[in-house]
Formats: sequence, C-alpha cells, structure tokens
Amino acid sequence: MRFSLPRFLSPALLAPALLASDRQADRVVPPSGFTAQLTLFTAGAMAFLAVFALALSLASGRLADRWASALAGTATIRISAPPEQLDTQVAAVVALLSTTPGVASSRVLDSAEQRALLEPWFGPDLPVDALPLPRLIELTEASPGYDGEGLRLRLAAEAPGAVLDDHTRWRRPMATAAERLRLLGALSLLLITGSTAAMITLAANAALSANLPVIRVLRLVGAKDAYIVRAFVRRFTLRALTGAAIGTVLAMLGIALLPRADDAGAFLTGLGFQGFGWLLPLLLPPLTAVVAFAATRYAAFRTLKGLT
Amino acid sequence: MIAFENVGFNYGGGELLSDITLRLAPGSFHFLTGPSGAGKSTFLKLAYAELRPTAGRVSIFDRDARLMTRDDVALSRRRIGVVHQDCQFLDHLPLATNVTLPLTVANRKGDPQDLAALLDWVGLGKLADALPPQLSGGERQRAALARAIITSPDVILADEPTGNLDWDMSLRLLTLLVELSRMGKTILVATHDMNLIRQAKSQLAARVLRIQNRRVQLAGADL
Repeated sequence: MRFSLPRFLSPALLAPALLASDRQADRVVPPSGFTAQLTLFTAGAMAFLAVFALALSLASGRLADRWASALAGTATIRISAPPEQLDTQVAAVVALLSTTPGVASSRVLDSAEQRALLEPWFGPDLPVDALPLPRLIELTEASPGYDGEGLRLRLAAEAPGAVLDDHTRWRRPMATAAERLRLLGALSLLLITGSTAAMITLAANAALSANLPVIRVLRLVGAKDAYIVRAFVRRFTLRALTGAAIGTVLAMLGIALLPRADDAGAFLTGLGFQGFGWLLPLLLPPLTAVVAFAATRYAAFRTLKGLT
Repeated sequence: MIAFENVGFNYGGGELLSDITLRLAPGSFHFLTGPSGAGKSTFLKLAYAELRPTAGRVSIFDRDARLMTRDDVALSRRRIGVVHQDCQFLDHLPLATNVTLPLTVANRKGDPQDLAALLDWVGLGKLADALPPQLSGGERQRAALARAIITSPDVILADEPTGNLDWDMSLRLLTLLVELSRMGKTILVATHDMNLIRQAKSQLAARVLRIQNRRVQLAGADL
C-alpha cells in the first residue's frame, strides 16, 4: 500500500491559526442535563428570593424614613387639670409657646379633633364634652429646634398640669425596628448570594467530576487549563444568567401585582419598588452571572490542579 | 527531543523504574518492550509529563519536566502526539471534530482539505461524521493516530497501539508509523508484540528497548 503525504504534516504548511471562539470551547464539554437544570433552577429561585429580599429592604428603609419624618418635628402637650383651671393653664401654655425659641407654631386641638382621635377606640358617639379629658396642644418645631428640657421646666412652672410628649418614645422603637428590618433584608441578600455561589460551585464540581475523562483527553491533546476552564465557566455563567433573569422577571411581576400601599395602607402592601427602585432588581441577573463566573472558575481550577 | 537522566519512579511503594538514562534523538524510532506491569506505560507518561520522576531528571524539548508549569506541559503536548491502547475520545463529537481537537485547543484552524487527506491516509475518509462509539477497535486506533499527528508533532508516543487489533490492522498501523518515521518524526512505541517489532525492523532501523528489573536495556540480539 502506498500512502501519499498529507501536506499539512509539514510544519511549514501549518498556517497561523485563527482564534477559536468560546463556542468552540463550549462544544468540547458534553451537555450535562442534570447540572444544567440544577444551575438554572438554583439561579432562578435565588434571584426570585433576592428580589423579595431587596423589596423588603427598600420598603423597610422607606418605612423607617416615613416614620421618622412623620413623627419628627412635632410634639404634643397634654394638659390635665381640674376643670376650673384647665382654660387658664391652656392659655398659659399657648402664651409660653409663643415666646419659646425653636417653636414654629402651636395649636389647641378642638373637641372635634379630639373626638376623631378617640373614635377608633370608643366609637363616633363619645360625649367628649361630658368627659374630663385632657386638652391637647400640637406644636411644630422650627429649625433649629427647641430645648426640650428647658421647655419642660418652664411648663412645670407655668402650667403644672402640662406634660410635653415629643414622640421620642414612640419614634425610637419604630425607627429601630424598621432599621433592623432593612438590615435583615440586606443580610438576606448576602446570604442568598452566598447560597447561590455555593450551589453553583456544587453543580460545577458535579459537572467537572462527570467530565473528568473529557478533561483528561483535552489535557492529553495540549489544552491549557484556561481553555478547559473557559468551557465550563461560559456554560455555567450563561445558565446562571438565564435562570436569574427568569427568576427576577417572575418576582418583579409578582411584586407589581401586589395591592398598592395607598389602597390598603398596611405595611406589607407597601412591599415593592418605587421609581428608579424598579431598576435595582435588574442588577440581580448580571450579579448572579458574576457570582457563577467566579464560583465555576474557582471550582474548575481547583479540580484541574489535581490532574496532570 | 526527550531525555532521561538517571530517572527513577515509584507510585508510593517500591521503585517501578530505576536509574534510566536514555535519549530519544530527533527522527529516531524506538520500540519499548517488557512484560506486563514492567512500567512501559509509566515510562511513556514520564515522557509526556503526565508523571514526574521521583528521581533523576526528564527533559522534554530541553526543559526539565519537574520545573514545567501546567501551561508548559500543555504546550509541550502540542509537540507530542500520544496514542493510547484505550483510545480516549470525546464520544459526543464526530470523528472529524475529535481528530482536529489538538488544533481546536491550540486555537488553530485546520484546512478541511487537509483533514480529509489525513482521514483518507488512515483509511477513515468515509467515517468523518461517525461518533467514536460507532467505530471498531482498529478504526479507533487509526483515528487516535490521526489525532496524534494532526499538529505535525515532533514526537509520537504510542502505548500498545496494536493491542486490540488483528494482524492485518496491526500491519496497517505499523505502515503509518513507518511513514511518519520517514518524514522525520521521533517515534516511541511501547508494545509486547515481537512479530510487530520484527516486521518494523525489516522496514527501518528501529532500536528496541526492554524494561527489565526496573531498568531499560537495549535489546535486539534475540529478535
């Protein structure tokens, strides 16, 4: 038998190669159904949860700001005195407030306003005039504000039945609770990110283990680690990006369909995004892809280190 | 090309290879024989840096294998074609893609006509689109040889390449190796098939090495 010499066997005819695309690197690794689905599902589920954690964090932040701003800048003076002294003390407090630095304005709540305040507890037919209710004066703080301790001392001297309530004892725990909720939301985001990285690392490790024969062949024919890693990293990054995009869109749809805060007024119905806040969840798919990229790269290089 | 200097190797137990000094000169053709378990495959693995010596020094293209990085090893394997007895392929890819794999991983693009010529040369021209599991043992061996030489490597290492083949197919593979030798390639074939060695020696000047008592000795008188 006579063989002719293939001309490419001559080194001179081996033309400089074109750069192979990542798609080529991707092709050398066989499709792995289980790890593909696992990565897709994990990324989708984690992105779904992350959107809600983000919404919770943002809503908590808004709530904390709203509570703080709603209660800050106002105070209430409650005057409890025998009926014959009540008007005198109210007049004294109003006069005192008008000369107090840091107080922008003050106003005595009338019977109708007091009835409205008590209505949730006692109903609409409460005979306010017949009851020995304290009188309430609402004051608005100027900037800079008043000296609370000084005002209390002056009230004690001018109107012994007057008590200043600057809402601090209400405001503080609510603002603290809202801040904690915001922190928990952020912490949840971090945990979800970490869990995503861990799950994708596990899936990548499973895929790498399943493809050890493929990796050995690639090393045998001269593939550098970077080439092999690229095949796996590209695949897992794209899967994670796709899964996260699906999860994010579904979660955003879910949040968009929640009842509006204005309609119900409850805290949970305020869970959602406002204005530019709707753009924040769109960062989750690329963030997930970055996490998948780093996790797969780490897992792949670690696996390859054990091979010759 | 590849040189062993007082090389020893053990897998953690007793020494399998000991005090081996050998040089594969450019264009040389060597057979490596020895009983099963003597260390023929280990010797080949040392030659393409899949294993590192536990004693002495292996130089691959004038570089100490122990000092080579993983990328250095990968680059050296682009100049060494390896044919295993259990041909390893990517079973999900067609034969043509498997054969061009060394070009692909090196980001080189092969000429389709060259590929067709190579496949014809090894007698697999009509099987370019077949998947490896669809090939017979002989076809797989020839495909492995085609893959080993597609980058026109300087060195070709073959580990029992005819182990699963009948005599006719063995001769055909040997003819291909002889052709490659005449093209100036450095070839080392590990085999225990003495008939194959005799057949080769009738066609070219091949040296026969034998692993005995952990050492490599020059054989030939008894062939």
